[in-house]
Amino acid sequence: MATIKELHVNGSRRVLDADCERSLLSVLRDDLDLTGSKYGCGEGRCGACTVLIDGQAVRSCTTRVGAAADKPIQTIEGLAKDGKLHPLQEAFLKEDALQCGYCTCGMIMSAIALLNRDPDPSREDIVRFMNGNICRCGAYSRILAAIQDAARTMKGGGK
Amino acid sequence: MNEMICNDLLLEPERYELFSDTLLTAELDRRAFFRIVGGGLIVACVLGEAMAQQPGRGRRGGFGAAGPKELGAWLHVGEDSVVTVYTGKVEIGQNIRTSLTQVVAEELHLPMERIRLVMADTQLVPFDGGTAGSMTTPRMAPQLRRAAAAARELLLDLAAEQGTIKRAELSVKDGKVMSEDGKTSFTFGQLTHGKKLMKVIDDKTPITPAEKWTTAGTSPPKADGRDFVTGKHPYASDMKRPGMVFGKILRPASFKAELVSVQTREAEALPGVTVVHDGPFVGVTAPTEHAATKALAALHAEWKMTPQPSSEELFEYLKKHPSAGRGGFGGRPARDSRGSIADGLRVADRQIKATYTIAYIAHAPMEPRAAVAEWNEGKLTVWTGTQMPFRVRSELASALKMPEESVRVIVPDMGSGYGGKHSGEAAVEAARLAKAAGKPVKLVWTREEEFTWAYFRPAGVIEVSAGASKDGTLTAWECHNYNSGASSLRTPYESANVHTEFHTTEYPLRQGSYRALAATANTFAREMHMDDLAHALHLDPLAFRLKNLKDERLRAVLEAVANRFGWGKGNPAADHGFGIACGTEKGSYVATCAEVVVERGNGRVKVLRVATAFECGAILNPNHLKNQVEGAVMMALGGALFEAIRFANGKILNPRFSDYRVPRFADLPLLETVLLDRKDLPSAGAGETPLIALAPAVGNAIFQASGVRLRSLPMAPKGVRAS
Repeated sequence: MATIKELHVNGSRRVLDADCERSLLSVLRDDLDLTGSKYGCGEGRCGACTVLIDGQAVRSCTTRVGAAADKPIQTIEGLAKDGKLHPLQEAFLKEDALQCGYCTCGMIMSAIALLNRDPDPSREDIVRFMNGNICRCGAYSRILAAIQDAARTMKGGGK
Repeated sequence: MNEMICNDLLLEPERYELFSDTLLTAELDRRAFFRIVGGGLIVACVLGEAMAQQPGRGRRGGFGAAGPKELGAWLHVGEDSVVTVYTGKVEIGQNIRTSLTQVVAEELHLPMERIRLVMADTQLVPFDGGTAGSMTTPRMAPQLRRAAAAARELLLDLAAEQGTIKRAELSVKDGKVMSEDGKTSFTFGQLTHGKKLMKVIDDKTPITPAEKWTTAGTSPPKADGRDFVTGKHPYASDMKRPGMVFGKILRPASFKAELVSVQTREAEALPGVTVVHDGPFVGVTAPTEHAATKALAALHAEWKMTPQPSSEELFEYLKKHPSAGRGGFGGRPARDSRGSIADGLRVADRQIKATYTIAYIAHAPMEPRAAVAEWNEGKLTVWTGTQMPFRVRSELASALKMPEESVRVIVPDMGSGYGGKHSGEAAVEAARLAKAAGKPVKLVWTREEEFTWAYFRPAGVIEVSAGASKDGTLTAWECHNYNSGASSLRTPYESANVHTEFHTTEYPLRQGSYRALAATANTFAREMHMDDLAHALHLDPLAFRLKNLKDERLRAVLEAVANRFGWGKGNPAADHGFGIACGTEKGSYVATCAEVVVERGNGRVKVLRVATAFECGAILNPNHLKNQVEGAVMMALGGALFEAIRFANGKILNPRFSDYRVPRFADLPLLETVLLDRKDLPSAGAGETPLIALAPAVGNAIFQASGVRLRSLPMAPKGVRAS
């Protein structure tokens, strides 16, 4: 059984000992206590487990942890810096873009990947990119508004 | 008389609400309260006769001085000036943690951040029938308002007892008791320091009228919002306990399959794995979820299966399998009858008879069922996501054959429910595994398990026969609902000849509560049928409704939505259609307008625009209410257009998001929401009713766009022409 001994998460090296075949999601949650990434479907169809690897949105539930070795992983826990929230987190609060909040972290991580790629997405771009993330509470219009709001803030050089 | 009827309606829960009855509740006495909080001031709310005797709720022990009455909620003012509220309600995403905090802040005149809500911890909060049926706002909020108002008056008494200022010259402002000139003030902590005071109040304690609200009725953001956007909030599925292992359950090969044999040796040989085999209950625990999944796969079971009905024959099955029972809650018949249908049809100029069908659909909450169970010296603690913590405590006590006092259920704010988490399957499974393994166990259902072994919104068949005269008078209305429920079956339209009736049937899948379940079905059938009549009589669908509607609150939302949507102000473009519908349920009122386009060729339906007017009495938090209404519309779109559970041979055929389509960003229409704030009326719940008029509004719009009348929910899983 091949094992992985280290992951690069949120700018730190995290020591662990995990079977390479386990999902990245399970290792983040169960071994590293980073529970902001959620299990929602196990087939990469709901987006609740979204994290960034090399700045790209990845469904951690269908990613083998072995495949994430030596790569920079970013999770929701690494977003706020010194207690200051990321503009997307601020925008989600401002727009009240959540109800139960279970999908929220995955939504925010997907949206970061989108804004990394395209700092000025149109409504259609956002819908297309975010269509893999489910909010069963149906707060889509607010999430869309939050992403647009954060894009404006980030273009303006942050708050 | 009016008030009596209103009360009665509010007390009528959904037939499928699964109100549970627990056997006993730990007696709480004064000492028990102060053991929890130390010192300070406690106000306990005792329910009046009407509330204590809700259907399905026997009397449960209250506490010492109050006699055999039922405790609803309690509130504590601490020596540190912090106010803590104890309630059995659950935060599911409907934002009651925020709205309940607001009402307490309103009566106690203190900033919201000084209030803490302890919710849904069976060891700390009074018995609660569950967070269901849109009952928190009409039932729990007034109790907490009264408790807070009583606490305010007690704090004034305590300040007056200090002897320096007369009571009449004291008031509570910004969380302090102040003198009129503002020169003297007492913090709540100063006033309660060294005291152990307790007051019991009833549900007649006066409260501030909505016209004078300053905190209630405003839109503070979601309580603890920061914890949700940073991933810090621990859901039940995020809990971790020392030495915890992961559990998995062996599921039957199909519904009602019996376990013939199971070979466990291979699984037992895996490192760190415990196999639990107790009759039909078979499960494993392992150090990681991955190892537990592998161990589960190493179990070799043989099942005896029996033939099961399939979704292809569902509606025929429901009609052919009537069951005993009158269908109403508490044994009351679920029928409404006056005049003569035959007479009404005879005088009608147009008659229409049609059958509507309602598919099984799944709640699919983003957080599946999950529990962490831990045993400690014969006592059991379970963290789990459920809308009914006390019902789950009963389930645990009964499954583990132990007294309820030894079971503690804690529900962290959860990853939604929509009526789908009234039961405690994962809690019981985790507790059984933890007992056998001798370690805390986490058990999270897979999405496939959630889609298969939870319960569904009941399917149904609805038959409507109605007639109207040329001038638009509804002369006869007959409606029979088979299996999907009685709520909103009674028509709000006036007619001399009415017969509506709910019929119970046998049903092929496990079914239960669902957000606005029967109201969605019955409103769909009624509002589609009304639209049909209007078109047959060449009358405007809005005018036809208004002609037969006396209920002022329903008229008001219809007029408001028509106004916002621009109903009657222009014709839809080619292949586009406009639809309108309305309904009332659980004390609130909704009307919806939709614009759709039905694409030529493929028949695909796209909902472009939805306007909703909603009225639920005095609004507690306008922004969160708007959020609820928008979310309800989105959720309703799924059931209206494409969601359906398919099943055959005792198996669910589409138990995953890749096969079961739920609304996504691409389905988002332009949403327009009008909230009517009736400060003169008590606040009703709002989590359910905004769904109910969406499907018929969309269906009526599809009819206008395409000329096709779709009478089955979902209406267009494969587009209009293909369905």
